[in-house]
Amino acid sequence: MSRLGLGLFVLWVLLLATTPLHADNYIVRTAIMIAMYSSLALSWNFIGGYTGYPSFATVAFFGVGCYVGGIAQRNGVPMFLAWTLATIVVAAFAAALGAIILRLKGHYFAIGSIAVVEVCRLVISSWRSVTGGGDGLNIPLLRWSPDEVAIFYLMVMIGIMLITFALNVFVDRHRLGFGLHCIRQNEDAANMVGINTTLYKVVAFTLSAMFCGTTGAVYASWVGYIDPTDAFSILMTVKVPVMVLLGGPGTVLGPVLGAGTFVILEEIFWANFLDWNRAVLGGIIVFLIFFLPGGLLKVSYRKVVNRLRGAEGVRS
Amino acid sequence: MDFGQIIVNGLVLGALYACLAVGFSLVWGVLNVINMLHGSFIVLGGYLAFFAWQSFGVHPLIMLPIVALLLFGIGYLVQFLFINKVVTAPVLTTLTLTFGLDMILYNIMTVYFSATPRRVTLDLGGISFLGVDMPIDRLLGMALALILTGVLFYVMRASRIGRAIVAVRMDRAAAALMGIRVNHVYAITFGIGALMAGAAGVIFAMVFPVTTNLTGMYLGKAFVVCVIGGLGSVPGALVGGLALGLIESISGHFFGPQHSLTIGFLLMLILLVVKPTGLVGKKGYE
Repeated sequence: MSRLGLGLFVLWVLLLATTPLHADNYIVRTAIMIAMYSSLALSWNFIGGYTGYPSFATVAFFGVGCYVGGIAQRNGVPMFLAWTLATIVVAAFAAALGAIILRLKGHYFAIGSIAVVEVCRLVISSWRSVTGGGDGLNIPLLRWSPDEVAIFYLMVMIGIMLITFALNVFVDRHRLGFGLHCIRQNEDAANMVGINTTLYKVVAFTLSAMFCGTTGAVYASWVGYIDPTDAFSILMTVKVPVMVLLGGPGTVLGPVLGAGTFVILEEIFWANFLDWNRAVLGGIIVFLIFFLPGGLLKVSYRKVVNRLRGAEGVRS
Repeated sequence: MDFGQIIVNGLVLGALYACLAVGFSLVWGVLNVINMLHGSFIVLGGYLAFFAWQSFGVHPLIMLPIVALLLFGIGYLVQFLFINKVVTAPVLTTLTLTFGLDMILYNIMTVYFSATPRRVTLDLGGISFLGVDMPIDRLLGMALALILTGVLFYVMRASRIGRAIVAVRMDRAAAALMGIRVNHVYAITFGIGALMAGAAGVIFAMVFPVTTNLTGMYLGKAFVVCVIGGLGSVPGALVGGLALGLIESISGHFFGPQHSLTIGFLLMLILLVVKPTGLVGKKGYE
């Protein structure tokens, strides 16, 4: 990560954090969503970016986090404790699950991770007595003014985003990150030169899950109502990996760039093409794969600028 | 309910599942691509049959070959224009691409067809044999599904294009050296996958209500059937389909039908971990 990159990141965080001072509630809400999706994308980066395992299980961890946090709060657990509890439960769940499904590779891993989402969704939908089933759950709201509530959740989401970002920087520099890169290149070779691939993969998988749990629990407290279709949204299964691919997988700044760009694009399209929202999202994916295979970070901006200048030169 | 009835229900459902999944298995086995469009192809086939029946009174049996050919064309184009360009890329790329294409197709279908459940009602009555009741339209659907699956099996074994597909599956480079146009074969394979999905959709529309919300469910069934039966073989899809049909019918009887999909997915997860090659899976498509 260059000094310029870090500077831009700090500016971006400041811009998000100061939205309540100079923008209306809609923009603040968008800023919260950006911070939330940035945390999810940064989390996914551990497994999908560094290790190259095509995991689609992010939304399972988000949804389980929603429900653990929500159920704990309904039973009188204080909010912060409920969030911590969700983090711990999801981390433990991911570690146990990872030890099992990380034995799979390629397509089988992808399908296994999709199946995990479905099983979690179906278990929560049918476990009526605890989760309220399809009727969903109401979660106690904060008794503050709407502006204060928005600022509070904005700060919390930005906090989680900064933690996941710091973890990404740490892993990137630590030998764990090196080991994960090796696994992406050639897992058998990495194993042979003495990298404990099983341990590294489980650690990456757990890291990719635990803060999705926190984010889910915070999201549940923020919106005050969750149901299985919302907490385990099919679209989110693919949105998060697409954000990372859009920014640049396996880098520290890529997920943040991708999540920000994606949420802003989505808001614009939501406002203008409500009926065609999914098709536009699909179009973005197709465009991304054909024209931006390495993500926005890999685009050579100098070349783009030069080409634009060249075109101007021809015109004048 | 009588145990014989449960088994027969399971087998009828299983034959439909086999037909639903066999195209998905073919594409996955040959191209190494998980085709997320498969569920939407099935629903599209069902809707085309429904609208032809409702608006013009065309019998689904006549629509079956028309829909199949149309979807073959769509599948061929999708593969030729999009997927062929990234067919050797990592899983994440091909999976995300087909998912993106699926979102576009799904969106078009919801806007033009809406999500209202619709069904072709043929009113053929039912038969009773040894205490087992079965509506004739289901039996017809089962027969059609088995015939289609059988035809695909024969085509893969005996025809020129079938042999070419197997050759490309075994060794892409060597097949190209032998004068096989690999990209063309890939597009045909994907087209056959879409054709089977469309035909399965027509059959499903005769038996169950069709709605665009079912795309995910059909896709999920195709996953489960392929993993249970093993990838890339027609007998594998048949075994997987019948197994899933029986599992759903039996578990639906004991735990209630709303849990049948959960149990299917759970079994799939367990099988994925314990025996990833499936019950009859092997390398090479035959």
